[in-house]
Amino acid sequence: MSSNDISPPKAQVNRPRRTRLQNAFREILKAPITAKFGMLVILTYGFVAIFAPFLTPYSETEIVGPEFDVWGNEFILGTDGLGRDMLTRLLFGARNTVGIAFITTLLAFVIGGIMGLLSAIYTGWFDQVASRVVDVLMAIPQLIFALMLLTIFGTSIPILIIVIATLDATRIFRVTRAVSLNVVVLDYFEAARLRGERIFWLCIREILPNITAPLLAEFGLRFCFVFLMIAALSFLGLGIQPPTADWGSMVRENAVLITYGDITPILPAIAIAILTLGVNFLVDWFLHKSSGLKDGH
Amino acid sequence: MNDPLLEIRNLQIDGESDEIWHEIIKGIDLHLDRGEVLGLIGESGAGKSTLGLAAMNFCRPGCRIREGSIRFDDQELTEQSELTLRKLRGVRIAYVAQSAAASFNPAHQLIDQFSEIPVVHGVKSRREAEKDAKDLYGRVLLPDPDGIGYRYPHQVSGGQLQRAMTAMALSCRPDLIIFDEPTTALDVTTQIEVLTTIRDIVREFNTAAIYISHDLAVVAQMADRIMVLRYGELVEEATTREMMSSPKMEYTKSLWAVRSFKKEAETVASAMSPVVKVDNVTAGYGSEDILKEVSFEIHRGQTVAIVGESGSGKSTAARVITGLLPPRLGDIQLNGKILPKSFKARNKEQLRHVQMIYQMADTALNPRQRIRNIIGRPLSFYLGLTGKQKEARIRELLSLIELEPDLYIDRFPDELSGGQKQRVSIARALAAEPEFIICDEVTSALDQLVAEGILRLLDRLQREFNLAYMFITHDLATVKAIADNVVVMLQGKIVEQGSKTEIFSPPHHDYTELLLSSVPEMDPDWLNELIAHREKHGVMSSTSIS
Amino acid sequence: MNKILLMILQRFGLGLLTLFVVSIIIFVGVEFLPGDIAEALLGQGASPENVAALRHELGLDRPAHTRYIDWWAGVLQGDLGTSLANRRDIAELITFRLSNTLFLALTAAAISVPLALLFGILAALYRNSLYDRSVNVVTLGAVSAPEFLTAYVLILYFSVKLGWFPSLSNIDQDTSFIDKLHQVALPAITLMGVILAYMMRMVRASIINLLASAYIEMAHLKGMPKFRVIVKHALPNAWAPIANIIAISLAYLVVGVVVVEVVFIYPGLGQLMVDSVSNRDIPVVQACSMIFAGTYILLNLTADIVSICTNPRLLHPK
Repeated sequence: MSSNDISPPKAQVNRPRRTRLQNAFREILKAPITAKFGMLVILTYGFVAIFAPFLTPYSETEIVGPEFDVWGNEFILGTDGLGRDMLTRLLFGARNTVGIAFITTLLAFVIGGIMGLLSAIYTGWFDQVASRVVDVLMAIPQLIFALMLLTIFGTSIPILIIVIATLDATRIFRVTRAVSLNVVVLDYFEAARLRGERIFWLCIREILPNITAPLLAEFGLRFCFVFLMIAALSFLGLGIQPPTADWGSMVRENAVLITYGDITPILPAIAIAILTLGVNFLVDWFLHKSSGLKDGH
Repeated sequence: MNDPLLEIRNLQIDGESDEIWHEIIKGIDLHLDRGEVLGLIGESGAGKSTLGLAAMNFCRPGCRIREGSIRFDDQELTEQSELTLRKLRGVRIAYVAQSAAASFNPAHQLIDQFSEIPVVHGVKSRREAEKDAKDLYGRVLLPDPDGIGYRYPHQVSGGQLQRAMTAMALSCRPDLIIFDEPTTALDVTTQIEVLTTIRDIVREFNTAAIYISHDLAVVAQMADRIMVLRYGELVEEATTREMMSSPKMEYTKSLWAVRSFKKEAETVASAMSPVVKVDNVTAGYGSEDILKEVSFEIHRGQTVAIVGESGSGKSTAARVITGLLPPRLGDIQLNGKILPKSFKARNKEQLRHVQMIYQMADTALNPRQRIRNIIGRPLSFYLGLTGKQKEARIRELLSLIELEPDLYIDRFPDELSGGQKQRVSIARALAAEPEFIICDEVTSALDQLVAEGILRLLDRLQREFNLAYMFITHDLATVKAIADNVVVMLQGKIVEQGSKTEIFSPPHHDYTELLLSSVPEMDPDWLNELIAHREKHGVMSSTSIS
Repeated sequence: MNKILLMILQRFGLGLLTLFVVSIIIFVGVEFLPGDIAEALLGQGASPENVAALRHELGLDRPAHTRYIDWWAGVLQGDLGTSLANRRDIAELITFRLSNTLFLALTAAAISVPLALLFGILAALYRNSLYDRSVNVVTLGAVSAPEFLTAYVLILYFSVKLGWFPSLSNIDQDTSFIDKLHQVALPAITLMGVILAYMMRMVRASIINLLASAYIEMAHLKGMPKFRVIVKHALPNAWAPIANIIAISLAYLVVGVVVVEVVFIYPGLGQLMVDSVSNRDIPVVQACSMIFAGTYILLNLTADIVSICTNPRLLHPK
């Protein structure tokens, strides 16, 4: 062993090396209460979404009782305008609304993410064209565009997913492109390029591992946005169609009860808000951790 | 004057990172008389800036002063209210930041930013302040002193901004100015002008100063007394002349390290054809040419140093050789055969033989890859090694770069120090078994000791594997240490090239002369002599030579 | 100055170009309709002659590009065509609705923007204090709640239980200004909830970012009082990011308006659009989309222009 530069700064030598899993666990325990709330919410909703058929007393679309029945023993949250059990519909709504939002966000990420990565690497005409196309698509407010496209193509679930995913992919394109560009200008990327590495390796092994943090955060945020948008579209009657149980349309269907001072119709809306809030708290904490700055968000 | 201007006792400052507090300054005493210039020397992370700012009881966010006393002109600063401290800052103690470009507000004119200090503190009226500004701008030798104040920061050059900042610090005639690495970001030739200005003006106004730098030679020109810091502690303190002539501590002596490193016996340049030949290359981006008709060659076992300041084109030359920037005219030859201009058109063999090591080790290694994979990839990609063979070779390379294989093979880059990361970069280049390696300012971001270690390693590897190096640098001390041949560049053209002894002994091209003489020597009288010499011969700046 | 003018004109041109392209998308999109509008309107059982007659009446037998040009010609003269649902003149229909939507949006904006700036800046200044952290939680909550939740909660309490405000907006041409404000109160508050939260968060983040600059630290080291640092040093550099934030938020408003109008059955452009989409009243959908898109483009353009006009490098070139 030779000269003094061998010994790393004191702080590093003293810290015991832990596995990644151990580190992750410690971080979770240290998290603020808001983040823990978020994790709890997500786990609960996920559970409900997956196991809905086993948790509900009745079936999703079955008419089981009188219309607009009050909260009681037989129907815990009463019945809706057609006589279906509210609690059942609420639980199935988790599966439908959350599930569809999740799939849509995933699809958007695949489309936007791949385009963004390629754009960062192939700066040149590919990037120019892609960016201009995205600029134009983003020039139209998303809800309006969605309404338009849904008018044209109809409102079946696959169409809904594709339309929203394509529109949202534009935002993801921009974010992925921006963070990828930050990596592309670094020396290690240039070194890989000079080595002769192919596009696949450059994307998957050089860029992707270094952008997972911002992309994860973005996933959370986009999920919230997509989720709210689908709920809004369904509320307007242009999203998920009846008789499928969906939180947005359920609010609309039963809105008349509000004039009688009944809060039942608002329950699906509250369910929406809680999930979004939970995800937002989690993303907030995540960003705070990964930015690693001394202060503030 | 008996009583000191500034007296710091047992100062302890903590810094926070990752929600843990650790010590940055571990109990330092500092003492400064009126009109005295104190130099603070240390490597990055030694705590010099923190100490300097503590002189006005200022802490950056994320730091706190845990203990200690700071007496300024018989006032205990740690006990004063924020209001009192505020009244002191800018008026009696001023600060000149490292980056003038970032420290001037882009939205206001220079003169506004000057005047607000005396005006807001009630020392002068607006008119008086502006008049004073113009006068000071003249004294710091800024061009057009009456008009330059009305410019915005982005309209003024770096060296000029630094001087404007010095003038601004003097606006209320403070008792103490803290200069925080004021010339580090400047070119060597611009540095001279700024150093002279600062020294003269501090003497003229009899201001006390704390001069912070990592460059001992620079501090030797400016300070009466020097304090050497390391890891937040004082290593040695002495008057300048004493320290320069007979440093006591090992660490202090090591600050001469790079300058004292001498390459082993010069390898004879072989008469064989060169590994790399740059043949009459002209290259640039768009319509502007950055390199103009550049030609030089490098042989196996030889190091050619490409020297120049920012904008000289030395980095561009590297980009052309690696194929990142296809030249407009001319070509690059590898072992006599012309290489395709763009790296995309070259085959694996051609790419393998031209390797590069980068300046910033932090960005040269993929933070999400283990050392094993960083070094292993070239092995599998170029040489097709797999399994046990590959593993063995990785360990071999780690030993070559003097890192214990078992300890480091599975680590991530952020678990290594700067010097260690640079060694891994070297291993990565070596893994490809190239003939030619470009070292792009590889020691410029490292501290003296560490840099010396890297240079030694590179030298040993060169002799062992008969490698050809192209060493890009702006630091002449490094050139003296490792080069066989030198190429001096200015604004895209080669000004002079030849063997090291040829270049370093006169007669020189004017620019080479300027460059060589601008490098601060470890002699306290160097600056004085240089100024006298230049005034006599009428050479002032690099812009006058083209 | 010339450089700035040039840049502004460039942006303006780009905006117009975008509007053009958007109009093509909107127009062309319709061409993809499976089946025929005339058939869809008259139903399956209609006779071919009736369908042909309707098609001719709607001008669908002319080629697409002719129709596109005619449409633009009409727009420039103020004629937006006729609604398929009720044969009324679209321009007439829209004018009333548009003014209502603008009234609602502007009312919400007028209150939210100054409040957001104030609270956002305060949060940035008192970072990590109790005030700041509670602001963070509350704004996250507001941003997470769908508009219809806020709307119905407000209706439940302020309309049904307390009876202070009406739950359905009853506006027509003759409603007085004060009356209008009363009708618009709940919808406006709903909108404000989201916009305010959104803007506050962004203003806070942007100011914090700004305050970390080296020149801000320099100002402190010069002994400048805190107030002066904020007003003279930070703010001049904040206009560009803040203008951006306001533009983005107002653009968000454009979208939020739709849901709110539906909940309160407010006679605005958003509700018109939703109804037309349900009825597949294409010309109206096209017209509404163009207006929304145009407003959106205009807002982004304004933000861009403010950025340009407050950038010292552009104002004072080398």
